[in-house]
Amino acid sequence: MTPEDLLPGAARPTLLRGVRRHWDKVRGTWVLLAPERALILDEIGAAVLGETDGKATFDEIVQRLAEKYAAPPEQIAGDTRRFLVSLIQRRMAEARP
Amino acid sequence: MTAPPLAMLAELTHRCPLSCPYCSNPLELSQRETELPTETWVDVLRQAADLGVLQLHLSGGEPASRRDLEEITTAAVEAGLYTNLITSGIGLTEPRLRQLDEIGLDHIQLSLQGITAEMADRIGGYRGGFERKMKVAQWIGEIGFPLTLNAVMHRQNLDGLEQTIDLAIRLGARRLEVACVQFHGWAAINKAALMPSLEQARQARDTVNAARERLAGQLVIDFVPPDYYAKFPKACMGGWGSTGLNIAPDGSVLPCHAAQTIPGLTFDNVRDRALADIWSNGAAFNAFRGTDWMKEPCRSCERREIDWGGCRCQAVALAGDARATDPICSRSPHNAKVREQIAALQGDGSFTYRQIAADRPAAQKTA
Repeated sequence: MTPEDLLPGAARPTLLRGVRRHWDKVRGTWVLLAPERALILDEIGAAVLGETDGKATFDEIVQRLAEKYAAPPEQIAGDTRRFLVSLIQRRMAEARP
Repeated sequence: MTAPPLAMLAELTHRCPLSCPYCSNPLELSQRETELPTETWVDVLRQAADLGVLQLHLSGGEPASRRDLEEITTAAVEAGLYTNLITSGIGLTEPRLRQLDEIGLDHIQLSLQGITAEMADRIGGYRGGFERKMKVAQWIGEIGFPLTLNAVMHRQNLDGLEQTIDLAIRLGARRLEVACVQFHGWAAINKAALMPSLEQARQARDTVNAARERLAGQLVIDFVPPDYYAKFPKACMGGWGSTGLNIAPDGSVLPCHAAQTIPGLTFDNVRDRALADIWSNGAAFNAFRGTDWMKEPCRSCERREIDWGGCRCQAVALAGDARATDPICSRSPHNAKVREQIAALQGDGSFTYRQIAADRPAAQKTA
């Protein structure tokens, strides 16, 4: 399956239960907490998950980030999809219709 | 400044209805009277969050054996910790699970002793345990908790690895840990009965790799290989005093769960000293932190900050020297002898079951 199959533009990416973005006050960074995993989020990851609310579609998330960071949507889409698909493959997120 | 820990294992009790012969608890199990009271745990969990701990593992023994598990979980959630319950399932009821759900427990890790009642109950030394566990798994699924199945694998059940993976899928687990027994605690005295063969170790790796590919996006499989056959040792605890700490039921703060087997180390207790101070300045935590303590061949090895010398407890157990290279490492001068010993292990499959000394009946419990 291609990344586009795993996460189509009209799908709504959602973090699974037990997976959440958390502000780590001690280290001063966003982290993603999941079963047996704690991932330090870079700026892109934190921004993407800040828009991933289970309601917005992938295309809407890309649009919002493109506006926020004044960057071309095509470029944002690639990074965002790569990141979210990696979470889907690790059973931390899913693409809802 | 010492980087803060990411994870903390809170061993709430050593009491457990099961008596698995590979239990990682020490041979000298803590008695109930020595366990930390609720209010101390509540305080320690706050201290842990302030120190930088992100993930809390509530473990034991069987954590559900503590009647205040719900209060302790509440304190963990309020402190902002990602809270994982490591359980055999025995002692959990549907109402207790529903209450833990309301409190905000994040994740459950359910142990698996075998894939049939006969096998699992013999290994766990507890009749009816498997059937009860399957019921608990069903409630976990109905409530919707994310579930990791932790299958402890060894000589006597590794041949059922495919069925173990199938069971994880049937139970709706998101993750499966194929955890080959590590030879500490009770496992060390049951080595002959538990040590997998080289062929089993190879087969397990192949089975896991094939299943990972087949089940990508459905089941995540973590594999803890039987390290006696590995070329290089595991970086125990990801490096001593670097990422995690354990609190024993009596409040002793340990750099790893087997650290009390290392002669000469002294351990601080949360009853006497602040957790942050213990982490940064405690003698036991500084004993093997970093690389300064290393001897050759570790000291000049290019892998010294990958393996961190391997496991200190294994160095004591197999080489009699806590500063020695983990004898599992192919570069250790003790490695050839260790491999010979493993090849020569002969067991009839019988176990010495885990027991708290005071509970030990005159006759040994048998399967």
